[in-house]
Amino acid sequence: MSVMLSLSGVTAFYGQIQALRGIDLTVEKGEIVTLIGANGAGKSTLMMTICGNPRARSGSIVYQGEDITQCAMHDIARKRIAHAPEGRRIFPRMSVEENLLMGAQVVKFADYDNQLALMFDLFPRLKERINQRGGTLSGGEQQMLAIARALMSKPDLLMLDEPSLGLAPLVVKQIFGAIRQLNRELGLTVLLVEQNAYQALRLAHRGYVLVNGAITMQGEGAELLARPEIKAAYLEGGH
Amino acid sequence: MSDVRSAQGGRDTLIRYIRDAGGVGLLALAIFVPFIGLRLHGETNGLVLHYRPKLLVIGVVLAMLARLLVLIWQERRVHQGRAAWRAARVASAGKYVAPALLASAALLPLVPGIANFYIDLGVLVMTYVMLGWGLNIVVGLAGLLDLGYVAFYAVGAYSFALLAHYFHLSFWECLPLSGIFAAIWGMCLGFPVLRLRGDYLAIVTLAFGEIIRLVITNWISLTGGPNGIYNIPHPTFFGLNFNLGGGPGTFSGFFGIDPDPKQLTTYLYYIIFFLALLTNWVTLRLRRLPMGRAWEALREDEIACRSLGINVRNTKLTAFAIGAMFGGFAGCFFATRQNFISPDSFTFIESATVLAIVVLGGAGSQLGVALAAVVMIGIPALLQDLSIYRMLFFGLALVIMMVVRPRGFVSTRTPSIALGKRQQISSELMSEGHG
Repeated sequence: MSVMLSLSGVTAFYGQIQALRGIDLTVEKGEIVTLIGANGAGKSTLMMTICGNPRARSGSIVYQGEDITQCAMHDIARKRIAHAPEGRRIFPRMSVEENLLMGAQVVKFADYDNQLALMFDLFPRLKERINQRGGTLSGGEQQMLAIARALMSKPDLLMLDEPSLGLAPLVVKQIFGAIRQLNRELGLTVLLVEQNAYQALRLAHRGYVLVNGAITMQGEGAELLARPEIKAAYLEGGH
Repeated sequence: MSDVRSAQGGRDTLIRYIRDAGGVGLLALAIFVPFIGLRLHGETNGLVLHYRPKLLVIGVVLAMLARLLVLIWQERRVHQGRAAWRAARVASAGKYVAPALLASAALLPLVPGIANFYIDLGVLVMTYVMLGWGLNIVVGLAGLLDLGYVAFYAVGAYSFALLAHYFHLSFWECLPLSGIFAAIWGMCLGFPVLRLRGDYLAIVTLAFGEIIRLVITNWISLTGGPNGIYNIPHPTFFGLNFNLGGGPGTFSGFFGIDPDPKQLTTYLYYIIFFLALLTNWVTLRLRRLPMGRAWEALREDEIACRSLGINVRNTKLTAFAIGAMFGGFAGCFFATRQNFISPDSFTFIESATVLAIVVLGGAGSQLGVALAAVVMIGIPALLQDLSIYRMLFFGLALVIMMVVRPRGFVSTRTPSIALGKRQQISSELMSEGHG
């Protein structure tokens, strides 16, 4: 397997406050990697730093052999890294199709219809709601839309920030099922940030645990799941 | 009401109405006693206080009746499936209203025997329609609150005035230049405010509008300062001017008709009519292109735009520049129509008026903006005789708007693409959907 994304010694700040402390992380091609950690541990910041906002203050981020540490946010998105940000952030007044079209900024117009058909296969619900306004969708549908919108750019790497946020367990299952399907059938590489550690570690090949902006543990998903300290910190009190 | 229960329900409703109207009456009494009930009269031996109880009672009763009407109307509204019904109604009305408005606007100056005053008023209204459509790109589509739009109007007007004054260029030569200059100034405004949003953006744009006006006022050697610039040429019709003297080289002389001021007004009317249509056409086209779609996405969510690979800087700058360009065209037209411009024409109240038109019309809606311009500019001008009551009407209109259409006249947006059936999206449901 080849390395898709690697971070070494990445630090990031919000003003004076250090949010990331020397992060080393790799994502191999075709892997699902998850980042788990408590609120405020820096999971979303890490994901945003890969996207270029905030910029990494030191260290380097290499994506498919290319150093993207200093790239502008929209340039990074054009390198086939798709990012579905925290809180879904769909365009509420635009229709489902317009939302998907916005995700297809990077692809050639000929590919648009194929991508659209692919998304409708993956999330048939979106096809039913094609002309509906994004803001009127249910939470689960909005999350599907956010993922589909990110996937419209035919990414090599998909970064998902808390896709299970505020969703019913059954819907979370559907979404995670779709992620697994994408990974198995299309070989899509996925970097997943999750609060829902149990589900995420079961889905992922490998996982990293983030505490206070630094990685404290890493390992295979099932292995992490079995560790007592993980159980104590993230898994007690329900899934 | 035949059965007992509905009679009972009806009586409850009636009691509720009367109680409510009574409350409004008390409030009205408190307000009206000083305003209507008492009146000071200047007489020979000083001020005398008069009491006007009859008028007071009439005022209070009117307020109560108005409240009752509102209540009854609200009751009726609840019974109809509101949002869907209204969206459907707006959609069907929009189908006929827009072409009807367009046709009547196109034919207005051709109505036989129409007074010059009305064509001139049409020119004024159409100028504001164009300004509204221009600002709509910035505020309605891109969602950037711009309180200094008059700056670009001023840049356009002064570009033409100065070029005509110093280099004797004609209207048609200056029209594109005015637009280009205004667009450049739009970018100049755009760069410093790239990182600002909402209130902060509004403050900076407000200041920008004032800076442009103050520079024009104080750069006396170039612009004539507060005295303004005179003798700005009228537009020519393929080289023919509209001098009232007639003779060769004039419009009336060439076509062998009697000179009439209406000819010039009509010509001006059609110029601004087509400029406004151009603005509308460009906006509608852009909405279907990636650029326009990026504007709308930017209005919805800037962070999502960035993570989808949209260049937010360029998107904002193009919105400012294109909005400003149409402001510049309108300014150029304003200068040629007036013959004379001074900084007094470009005060903040102009920005506020144009913004009010956009907001009143329903930000983002082309039809709504046009209707709002007619209401905001046309009707006050027609009511000139009743000018002391103008503010009263304005206040009343605002209150009615807030109750009836809090999101503007036309608060629906049509998706710019649709695989299936084209459908209106009512914004009444807009702010609810986050879960």
